[in-house]
Amino acid sequence: MTNSWTDIKNTDLVVIMGGNAAEAQPCGFKWVTEAKANRGAKLIVVDPRFTRSASVADMYAPIRQGTDIAFLLGVIKYCIDNDKVQWQYTKAFTNASYIIKEGFGYQDGLFTGYDEAKRDYNRSTWEYEIGPDGFVVADDTLQHPRCVWNLLKKHIAIYTPETVERICGTPKEKFLKVAQMISECSSPTKTMTSMYALGWTQHSKGSQNIRCMAMLQLILGNIGVRGGGMNALRGHSNIQGLTDIGLMSNLIPGYLTLPTEREPTFDVYMSTRGFKPLRPGQMSYWQNYKKFFVSFLKAMYGPAATAENGFAYDYLPKLDVPAYDVLRAFELMHAGKMNGYFCQGFNPLLSFPNRKKLTAALSKLKWLVTMDPLETETSRFWENHGEFNDVDPSKIQTEVFQLPTTCFAEDEGSLTNSGRWLQWHWAGGTPPGESKLDSWIMAQLYLRLKALYQKEGGKVPEPIVNLDWRYKDPGEPSAQELAKELNGSVLEDVLDPNDPTKVVLAKGKQVVSFAVLRDDGKTACGCWIYSGCYNEAGNNMARRDNSDPDDTGAFSKWAFSWPVSRRILYNRASADINGKPWDPTRKLLEWNGTAWTGYDVPDIAPGAKPDVVGPFIMNPEGTARLFTRGMMRDGPFPAHYEPFEAPIANVIAPKIRGNPVARVFKGDMEQFGDAKEFPYAATSYRLTEHFHFWTKHVQINASLQPEFFVEISEQLAKEKNIRSGGWVRVWSKRGSVKAKAVVTKRITPLICDGKTVHIVGIPLHWGFTGAAKKGFGPNSLTPYVGDANIETPEYKAFLVDIEPIVGPVA
Amino acid sequence: MNMELSRRTFLKGASAGLAGTTIGALGFGEAETAYAAAIRPFKLAGTTETRNTCTYCSVACGIIMYSKGNLAKGEKADIIHIEGDVDHPTNRGTLCPKGAALLDYVHAETRLKYPMVRKPGSDKFERVSWDYALDRIARLMKDDRDRNIVEKNNDGVTVNRWTTTGFLAASATTNETAWATYKVVRSAGMVVFDNQARV
Repeated sequence: MTNSWTDIKNTDLVVIMGGNAAEAQPCGFKWVTEAKANRGAKLIVVDPRFTRSASVADMYAPIRQGTDIAFLLGVIKYCIDNDKVQWQYTKAFTNASYIIKEGFGYQDGLFTGYDEAKRDYNRSTWEYEIGPDGFVVADDTLQHPRCVWNLLKKHIAIYTPETVERICGTPKEKFLKVAQMISECSSPTKTMTSMYALGWTQHSKGSQNIRCMAMLQLILGNIGVRGGGMNALRGHSNIQGLTDIGLMSNLIPGYLTLPTEREPTFDVYMSTRGFKPLRPGQMSYWQNYKKFFVSFLKAMYGPAATAENGFAYDYLPKLDVPAYDVLRAFELMHAGKMNGYFCQGFNPLLSFPNRKKLTAALSKLKWLVTMDPLETETSRFWENHGEFNDVDPSKIQTEVFQLPTTCFAEDEGSLTNSGRWLQWHWAGGTPPGESKLDSWIMAQLYLRLKALYQKEGGKVPEPIVNLDWRYKDPGEPSAQELAKELNGSVLEDVLDPNDPTKVVLAKGKQVVSFAVLRDDGKTACGCWIYSGCYNEAGNNMARRDNSDPDDTGAFSKWAFSWPVSRRILYNRASADINGKPWDPTRKLLEWNGTAWTGYDVPDIAPGAKPDVVGPFIMNPEGTARLFTRGMMRDGPFPAHYEPFEAPIANVIAPKIRGNPVARVFKGDMEQFGDAKEFPYAATSYRLTEHFHFWTKHVQINASLQPEFFVEISEQLAKEKNIRSGGWVRVWSKRGSVKAKAVVTKRITPLICDGKTVHIVGIPLHWGFTGAAKKGFGPNSLTPYVGDANIETPEYKAFLVDIEPIVGPVA
Repeated sequence: MNMELSRRTFLKGASAGLAGTTIGALGFGEAETAYAAAIRPFKLAGTTETRNTCTYCSVACGIIMYSKGNLAKGEKADIIHIEGDVDHPTNRGTLCPKGAALLDYVHAETRLKYPMVRKPGSDKFERVSWDYALDRIARLMKDDRDRNIVEKNNDGVTVNRWTTTGFLAASATTNETAWATYKVVRSAGMVVFDNQARV
């Protein structure tokens, strides 16, 4: 989230598209209710199903899953055609006026530079024109044919309301009503918030879905303001934290990146991370990258990281592919190229696509370790559960360890929520049996591995034996100690260059924030964006002052919000080019002539002049990007692509299947079905009574929603002779499931490109362990393909067939 | 007469009621004792309150856990009740259908209690000690790493990359656990590393 849950109360219009907060995040959704009740805010829901969010909406529009980009580009076109643009904001704070190099173009669904064999683009033309002064050339009049604004207008010209209806199945008058309501938020005194979740991410073009809404929010002037923003409703209690701390193949904490093998030395690695400003006078905050990177290496390797050895740069693994994401991991496993695997609080057998492939992959491992408070299907993938897990244990040679861990109630530490709040919690219960903290297990494994290397030697022992592990009890580092490492500390005294008798930073002290981190090895910091969470003022994540002066919704003294307790990202954009709030009634920051003042920690240097320094300080442009250069693999603008399995051909570019640059492994393309064989458009979703695969272990929730079902429309039920409560078989090219049918009015057929499209809804909460009835999940059916940029599997749009069957005898 | 019932008058009335009860206690002792015994004592009396955060979605509702026994004092603590934290700015004491049933998660029958191993080809888990499990896993890790870590690529660049063992990290663990996990996984050279951000 750029904003926070409590800030939603400040909005005038909530758009829930790609999510279903009323059911998935009910207590957060209360802030939508608050805005409706107290501000007269309106709620728009765009979804293939009439969800509980839709049931309290002022406007609901149906949409076929996987067509959000066509819808949103249609809205952008509507806003531009009807002059509903926050012009001052768009001109000053985005790259609308920047000139793009000659040679860039888009035709037949493809941008320039496409290589079909590689399924990739040469992105060299997707770039700004640079002037003789070294800065990007801009045309403030927006007249130049190659300025971003004119390229955007040209790019979206095809997305008329008629085309939107043809692709999305949204009736034209409903689309126009939504577009009209959204366009009203181009007023500087009206804001809209976007609330989205996996309904946008789990597509082969998920990143572009989100980017498309971000572009709309920018031209409406809704980023950085109270009640605005791009608000990802994250699904797990600390998925934000895990991502922030970089527990992903290619990340280093704080969104630094792991080196690739094309970067053999520290200096080569740093040479592409200079982030020189692209426009005069800009901050380009990533210029501090080296300070964060060196401080991270010091936190990892302590005294072993020195200036002489590039701060132990060689210790870091270097990637040969963009990332070893989960799809690649199971692909390697399936090919017999992996031997061991750890699943810490993770149940991939139900979480990743194409379950048949997953079972085959896990069966090829030599060993598997699961760490979880609960039974998981993954830890028992080798166990026969009849049709729910039809395997022969004697043929599976994997050695499996099931390690019992504590749960939240027995653990202490911080979790980062959707709104970037780091909140500390305390342990209140004794763990059952011999279950242990995850941190204890990791420490114990580490100490044993280290001892083996010290005793026996072996390959590359240095990164392991030199890892900085100086905890009071190395066998069980405390949450406090680890949190202090994340915050960072001073390793050597730093003296004032002008007065060497003065100590600026004293050895042994916690750093106040990342602003004082250094690139000479005198500071250590595990995760720069968390710096300030546990400094000399104490554990700021444990702060419990819930005061909120002037009821702004900021709650700035509650817990800690990264970065530096800032509550709304890009908040400088809440004021105009002269530093005056766009909406005085929703003031966030204001320039008082010499400094930024207001309700939040400024997202800019406190003395940065408003008419010089742009609000998007992390970008070398200082502005936000409507055209994203070569930074995304599938295009500098979003374009409509169908899901890999779609009920109709791509209306704009009929020859293109799916996202033309999404990675497809050998053999998986053959496992995609087409509409002739699998005529129905399926989607997966979650229920308000359940949380993933956890609550089927909870008696109350298992009683509330005890068994697997699929949801279909009355029309499809009639057509296929399926009765509500009767049994059906649903199958795709990759698998088959049995379920009870729930026939509802919540799903209705859509007309897309002249064809009736029926939708099949498949919730995902059942397996073969726990208190609920045994059942299947959508991942028995879903295709093995991910988003072109970050490989999120395409769970939300795929094809199935359905038929009534005689159910099991109860 | 239109009189407002002020807090003071209300308290006076309340103490009059209290006096009444005292009289009752004087005159009808046995009945009073029987009556008191019939009332179930307030279940949270004498419990320890601990602040925590709901483990499910990312709204991060504040919760209060009530336990018999105080963990902070080194006692065995049994959580008997969980409710929303009214002081929390986001949820203001409310919980959803998932969060309201958190107690049953803590005490779920399928909570794991002991380390288990399933041997190759076996159809069952067997209980093992922590030492056995951890020693064995560390051995398997080292053997695989020594055999398969790529120290240099074909161009002679030091890459120290271990791709034959992978790690999926948990998005319900704390930031502190995440950091400890990161240190162990990365220092070993593992790159097949991911979390639930995508699913």
